[in-house]
Amino acid sequence: MSLLEIRDLHIAIGEKPIVKGLSLTLRGGEVHAIMGPNGAGKSTLSKAIAGHPDYTVTGGDILLDGRSLLDMEPDERARAGIFLAFQYPSEIPGVSLANFLRAAVQARIPEGEELDAVAYYKRLYEKMDHLKIDRKFTSRAINEGFSGGEKKRCEILQMMMLEPEFVLMDETDSGLDIDALRIVAEGINSMRGPNFGALVITHYQRLLDYIVPDYVHVLYDGRIVKSGGKEIALELEAKGYDWVQNELAPAAVA
Amino acid sequence: MPLPDLENPHLAKHSVSTRAAGSEPHIDTEPELPEWWLAAKQAAWERFNELPLPTRLDERWRFSKLSGLALDSYALTREERAAQTMSQRAHHPMEEEAHETPYQCPTLPPFERAATLCFHGQTLVHGVELPEELAERGVIFEPLTEALATHGDFLRDYFHKYPTELGSEKFTALNTALTNTGAILYVPAGVEIAEPFLVEHSVEGEHAAAFPHTLVILGERAKATLVEHFTSDTEAPQLVSAVSDLHAAAGAQLTYIGVQDWSPAALALHSSAIAVERDARVLSINLHLGGAQVRHESHSRLLAPGAHSDMCSLSIAHGHQEFDQRTLQTHAAPNTSSDLLYKNALLGHAHTIFSGLIVVEPDAQKTNAYQSNRNLFLSPDAHADSLPGLEIEANDVRCTHGSTSYRIDPEQLYYLLSRGIPPAAANEMLVFGFFEEVLNKLNDTHPALRDALSTFTQQKFKATQSA
Repeated sequence: MSLLEIRDLHIAIGEKPIVKGLSLTLRGGEVHAIMGPNGAGKSTLSKAIAGHPDYTVTGGDILLDGRSLLDMEPDERARAGIFLAFQYPSEIPGVSLANFLRAAVQARIPEGEELDAVAYYKRLYEKMDHLKIDRKFTSRAINEGFSGGEKKRCEILQMMMLEPEFVLMDETDSGLDIDALRIVAEGINSMRGPNFGALVITHYQRLLDYIVPDYVHVLYDGRIVKSGGKEIALELEAKGYDWVQNELAPAAVA
Repeated sequence: MPLPDLENPHLAKHSVSTRAAGSEPHIDTEPELPEWWLAAKQAAWERFNELPLPTRLDERWRFSKLSGLALDSYALTREERAAQTMSQRAHHPMEEEAHETPYQCPTLPPFERAATLCFHGQTLVHGVELPEELAERGVIFEPLTEALATHGDFLRDYFHKYPTELGSEKFTALNTALTNTGAILYVPAGVEIAEPFLVEHSVEGEHAAAFPHTLVILGERAKATLVEHFTSDTEAPQLVSAVSDLHAAAGAQLTYIGVQDWSPAALALHSSAIAVERDARVLSINLHLGGAQVRHESHSRLLAPGAHSDMCSLSIAHGHQEFDQRTLQTHAAPNTSSDLLYKNALLGHAHTIFSGLIVVEPDAQKTNAYQSNRNLFLSPDAHADSLPGLEIEANDVRCTHGSTSYRIDPEQLYYLLSRGIPPAAANEMLVFGFFEEVLNKLNDTHPALRDALSTFTQQKFKATQSA
């Protein structure tokens, strides 16, 4: 069974510390939600795990199945089984979705072996139909001119095609209407199983109605101030983030 | 000054017919070249000798490496010697066949063609003949000298009718004086041909000079596509002065692709003159891949209402290459439009120059003209000069121009990496993405040609990476 361990992780952007000692263990088959107010370090955590060069790990470690990710380049981390679903996916003019995904799939098969193009397209169309993405999108440039919902569905499409062990979902619910949210959640849920773990980062409880987490962690000022079951999300929704600031955070530091 | 020996009749009067079936060209007997042509060549030779080489004071040559233009190092008589060798072979074709296999021009990835002419130096080494049905409808696709001999008087009106006015007058005069290879494509009114015509020019020999001249004439409402592929048979220095003369009559639709992949040591000057009549549309795309110092001048003339010219270019400049591109969009009639998109990818110590001018003449109201130069820097040592310009004498027009320079966007790169695509492949994808905007102009009309050019450009880019 796969395992993602985050051990006493410290992350800085430039000189500024953002995540200040965070530990978390994700096992295959589990969905963990990370909730917290703006600026708590949620997105920073996901970007650092995925190796974004702007985020510096200043302490601690991230282990995927016992192997440190810190020595690995972003593309190696991806091939090792990490997938980041971006909050704001990049638009890439001139690179078609089909060619891009094909290169990503090709990068995962042993060198010298050729991708079975027929099987690839069959699978791609299947997933697209599932996510209600028009097949014409395959020839469109990645995310260029896509609506917010189309971009997020496209992130999920990529995830489904690449079959990662662990997916980091960075506020995938932001900017989604309820129909799109449902489609995205169905996509995630269809992948749930012993070989798939997810870290779902969100500001709102709404997403968790559709992707029901096994664990919820509340992040505040770079630390986890409370962990528990899915009921925490409901409590947070009822009490608001003031509760985190006024009660949870002081208690966690004390 | 007399013309150099090139005009020697036993050379110039030889030509090769493509009418013979199959790939083995058939040598015709001595077609007579028209008097006016020989006189024009003599006059051009005199003009070439009179005109000075460009100087620093000439704005049209600003930023260009003028020291590279010394023509002394390309003794024109060397070309003559090479030509004589070819001529001797032409006199004894059977002997040649017995001794060596015919020269194979470097090729582009395959795409369906209407007909092909491949020149090695001034010799037609391979031809795929015009389909009978097109010949019967009056289409002409022949080597220059052959077409001059048989259709000379008709062609006379079109040669240099609208010369480019961008600074290379001396070199176009040299081209006219010494033209020894090239092709004529004539498509009569109303004839539409979907498949592209292909002309391959391979410059022959070290320190040789070549002067290809291509003339394309589309009659009213005619539709055709010509691809010119310029290559060399050596990596040694060569001199090229090329002219592509394009004419689109009322309602015609012409697509022209120029792919230059000359010797890495070549000095090349290429002028494209594009004349667009009422409601005609011309799309020209020039790919710049080879050569050491290459200057391309492209001049579109929008001559009557409804005329449109799309001018595109794509360059992969690497090493110490200099690509010098000068353009002119002349709007000489009301309700005309033009759209220019020149994209350069710069590697190594390469230098690109773009200098473009949109001219709107006083009565060319309702002109719609656009001009954009985009430079993608893939090396900190590369350098691009960009001089977009407008000269508007009418008051009711829409003209915009701009130039942008950028590097690979780190967020875009990271996005690709985050999907497991290795850095080299990810960078390549972004560069190819930069090229697509130009090649996509062919999406609707020529998807197969588009794919061939895309593959070829990508191969060339990969070669610069491993060099």
